[in-house]
Amino acid sequence: MNLGKQFKEGLLTNNPVLVQVLGMCSTMAITTSFFNGMGMGISVLVILTLSNVIIAAIRKIIPDKIRIAMFIVVIAGFVTCVDLLIQAFVPALSESLGVFIPLIVVNCIILGRAEAFSYKNGVVASFWDGIFQGIGYTAVLLVMCIIREFLGAGTFGGGILGADGAGIRILPEQFPMGMLTLPVGGFLVLACLIALMQWALSKSKDKEESK
Amino acid sequence: MDTITNLLSITMGAILVNNFIFSQFLGCCPFLGVSKKVDTAVGMGIAVTFVMGLASAVCYVVDVFVLGRFGLDYMQTVAFILVIAALVQFIEMFLQKSMPGLYTALGIYLPLITTNCAVLGVVLLNVQNNYNFIESVVYGITGGLGFLLAIVLFASIRERLVFADYPKAFEGFPIALVTAGLMALAFMGFSGLKVW
Repeated sequence: MNLGKQFKEGLLTNNPVLVQVLGMCSTMAITTSFFNGMGMGISVLVILTLSNVIIAAIRKIIPDKIRIAMFIVVIAGFVTCVDLLIQAFVPALSESLGVFIPLIVVNCIILGRAEAFSYKNGVVASFWDGIFQGIGYTAVLLVMCIIREFLGAGTFGGGILGADGAGIRILPEQFPMGMLTLPVGGFLVLACLIALMQWALSKSKDKEESK
Repeated sequence: MDTITNLLSITMGAILVNNFIFSQFLGCCPFLGVSKKVDTAVGMGIAVTFVMGLASAVCYVVDVFVLGRFGLDYMQTVAFILVIAALVQFIEMFLQKSMPGLYTALGIYLPLITTNCAVLGVVLLNVQNNYNFIESVVYGITGGLGFLLAIVLFASIRERLVFADYPKAFEGFPIALVTAGLMALAFMGFSGLKVW
């Protein structure tokens, strides 16, 4: 398996959020500050990689009929581990993400990759697939966090940088549109990002055809 | 009297003020995936409502009498998802036997309810909010009704999008998301509705 190609697929041409349109709930719900996006992205990356490896390793002994149930049990086990680790070491993150950490169990990205990739491929390829798809997911989360935080609150890096984790102020307080940090903003920003991606993909397709 | 007002406020909260889709982002995948036609949207909404109510009841019992008694609270996520998966499987078999019409109408969407985050979400929120048995069930059912309301409204708008004029890059998901965003904006109007 070609690593460079897998990397490009995870980040761009087969990005889990923008192209496969999976895992929308968490993408829209938690991208209100940089800290949340980072924490969620890394948790999903770790869980995705681990569950991909395990599922690839046991793929030959899983009966075909109950594979979905097996996938869910493997994923739920890792999610519980990560949830407990976050509660122990990063309590602030556990508080701000709340119910969305246990909900990684039903994040379609992980189940989707298990079904579409690691159930059919070897351990090493599945490991890299987990890493690259995870990076693709994290990248989208961070872009969304940055846009929503910048336009909605006028700050950058909320939760990590600045005094009391309030972030570094870029726009003066009276300018930002608070609407973008509300649920509405999640829908609108993600819509624009997917539209941008579709536009870019159709552009590059046109170019290839005209060659 | 207190319990009734309490249950009423849970109901209003779950259906309108804190609608599962528009303010908590739970259950977005089926919301976007199964909303191309009003009929399937109604079927999906009803099935989800049913599963959410039942899952709230069963998971409450499991949580209190099994996990709580043996000090296995950290196994909540695993136990709940297994209960939900089993429930969905059971409902599937039941419908296949007794209501084949509804079964074929729901088709592939029925097993997909397992991975609907609204179902697992409502169960986890019940535990987080320390709801008792009746409150849990009411929250589960009304949360499902909120989902039904949202998905039916959304599907009826989406059917008309076919005739709308928008940039080509927005075709498919983006325009649906923009629509959902505008609906979320409308639902924000309910946030002033704190009578109780």
